[in-house]
Amino acid sequence: MTTFLGMPTGGGHLTGEPFPKAAKHALGNAQLRRNLAKATGTIRAKRANVVGELPDWAELRAAGAAIKDEVLANLDEYLVRFEEALTSRGTHVHWARDADEANRIITGLVKATGTREVIKVKSMATVEIGLNEALADVGVHAVETDLAELIVQLGNDKSSHILVPAIHRNRSEIREVFRREMPGVDPDLTDDPRALAEAARKHLRHKFMTVDVAISGANFGVAETGALVVVESEGNGRMCLTLPRTLISVVGIEKLVPSWRDLEVFLQLLPRSSTGERMNPYTSVWTGPTEGQTSHVVLVDNGRTATLADPDGRAALRCIRCSACLNSCPVYERTGGHAYGSTYPGPIGAVLSPQLTGVDKNPTLPFASSLCGVCYDVCPVAIDIPSMLVHLRERVTESKRATPESTAMRALAWAMSDARRWRRLIRLGKFGRVASRHVPLPGWSTARDLPQPPKETFRDWWESR
Amino acid sequence: MRVALFVTCLVDGLFPDVGKATVRLLERLGHEVVVPSAQTCCGQMHINTGYPGQALPVIRNHVEAFERADVIVAPSGSCAGSVRHQHADVARKHGDRKLAEAAESTAKRTYELSEFLVDVLQVTDVGAYFPHRVTYHPTCHSLRVLKVQDRPLKLLKAVEGIDLVELPSAETCCGFGGTFALKNSDTSTAMLGDKMSAVLSTKAGVLTAGDSSCLMHIGGGLSRLRSGVRPLHLAQILEHTR
Ligand code: SF4
Repeated sequence: MTTFLGMPTGGGHLTGEPFPKAAKHALGNAQLRRNLAKATGTIRAKRANVVGELPDWAELRAAGAAIKDEVLANLDEYLVRFEEALTSRGTHVHWARDADEANRIITGLVKATGTREVIKVKSMATVEIGLNEALADVGVHAVETDLAELIVQLGNDKSSHILVPAIHRNRSEIREVFRREMPGVDPDLTDDPRALAEAARKHLRHKFMTVDVAISGANFGVAETGALVVVESEGNGRMCLTLPRTLISVVGIEKLVPSWRDLEVFLQLLPRSSTGERMNPYTSVWTGPTEGQTSHVVLVDNGRTATLADPDGRAALRCIRCSACLNSCPVYERTGGHAYGSTYPGPIGAVLSPQLTGVDKNPTLPFASSLCGVCYDVCPVAIDIPSMLVHLRERVTESKRATPESTAMRALAWAMSDARRWRRLIRLGKFGRVASRHVPLPGWSTARDLPQPPKETFRDWWESR
Repeated sequence: MRVALFVTCLVDGLFPDVGKATVRLLERLGHEVVVPSAQTCCGQMHINTGYPGQALPVIRNHVEAFERADVIVAPSGSCAGSVRHQHADVARKHGDRKLAEAAESTAKRTYELSEFLVDVLQVTDVGAYFPHRVTYHPTCHSLRVLKVQDRPLKLLKAVEGIDLVELPSAETCCGFGGTFALKNSDTSTAMLGDKMSAVLSTKAGVLTAGDSSCLMHIGGGLSRLRSGVRPLHLAQILEHTR
């Protein structure tokens, strides 16, 4: 098996407790499970509807996968082209090998402006690298302006979903968070969605008007022109991008598309797959700083080059963070996002996080799936997540010395590779008849009965026929 | 037609009635069944648990056991799926090109039972009689790896006397997933719970599917609940006559 020496692995928020343990906590929370089942069920149905109405969905999906693969195969060239395009339009470009370096660069830029507060457009990359904490360490407060991220931030909570970070909260919980944490909020605030949105709006308007530094991510970067694209639903992103005098955009190196035209494909795939809308309400595209603005782009590796080096894992970098795989996943629906311990939860998290960090730091995530395959079916860029999970499981077992499991598996494989040995072993099943009544199989027998081994095997029957 | 039965290790050792039903059904339809004696297991558990290297000799054994078979039929979507979609890849990744080519040939000759009946034999009415209320769970690998679509349902609908009721959220995984059921038993059990509620809501007396593994999982849960719902493989219903 290939090892990936010398490449930076990812730091920041990409690991947590072992999945089975974290999942157990989440499974015990009935409110969480109800919220999740309701929210994912609704969004699944919406997605199926709007995807179903496009006769060329299969072609779009193939095109999306092909464009991303082309970018990944020539990423070095596209990145240089992107940098040149950005620089020629007056944007300052910075390169960060990992989370620490990215945070150092960004906190340096922010400190140089003298501000005590920054406003943020929803961005996964900044959550991945732990930027808010890094800013807090240098005395700068980061204000999330995406409604759901704001709820998460005020509730001192962690995002549990790529697209709907507060999917694990319901209305009355949100009202409680606002009443407790939002300065100057109406104490009689109800849990009517409109009232909640209005409270958030007032709170944020004030920030837009007074804070002069913004931090954004990007859904796409166009290599040809240096354009950056943010796709969102609330319009707050656009305020952040245009009002402040300093704009810092944090972009994973895999976010590129070759040219403007390629966006045609992704701007169809993304909203239909993520929110189940034909088109998202706000798509902001900017090429270079607006007048009077200073703009920076920080290009982040944080384990992406290492991911790219594995031919059977690199397709994870095609991901456009639509979250269709999360919403469809029967495991995610029951455990929620926190169980994955990473900024990237659900099926994509189970294949991406271990690759970014190295499998040794995330050895349980590749096993956090029943391999039912629904994630692959819905993925708009056709990432074969089940096969990738299987591949990463191999990387996990290869990274360890012999374990009781590997020894047992080896013995079983030895028996299975020869029919005579194998028959001798399964005839022992007759003894198993006695054993299975008395010896519980851990993990199985808590909720399921074991089948009674039969009196004769199929092969014995066949031969006696 | 001469049909080589790939009975699968689970059916051989734990659910021989499923193998017997498959043999009887195919014979009733006028075909000769052979059971190549060198067969053991497809090796999927090794592959999916992270030990594809260990699975190599198991794959080689499987490919050799079925070398001379014209058509191979398995009463399992999951095992047929592994033969068709994993064997050659595993061999290739481990540098055994000859085995990969041989595995590709085996893959082309391998069918899951409902595919074989509907596509190769072109029958949907197999002459079965089964006067019970039945609900059908489409197993994930038959559905998403093999894409058997509604073939099992077509076969079931043609069974005389059957009262076939739709399973709510039928296409959601039951939570088995091989060693997933052990490594993530709490999550697996939560998924199982929802699947069992769906089964019980149909008031069916029989739950059927094309994979004994998933039936072992759901059936094991239903048995623990003393629910009285019987898990039966598709072959066992199709074999049943008046
Ligand atoms: S892996 Fe595919 S389905 Fe999942 S978030 Fe990424 S693009 Fe969407």
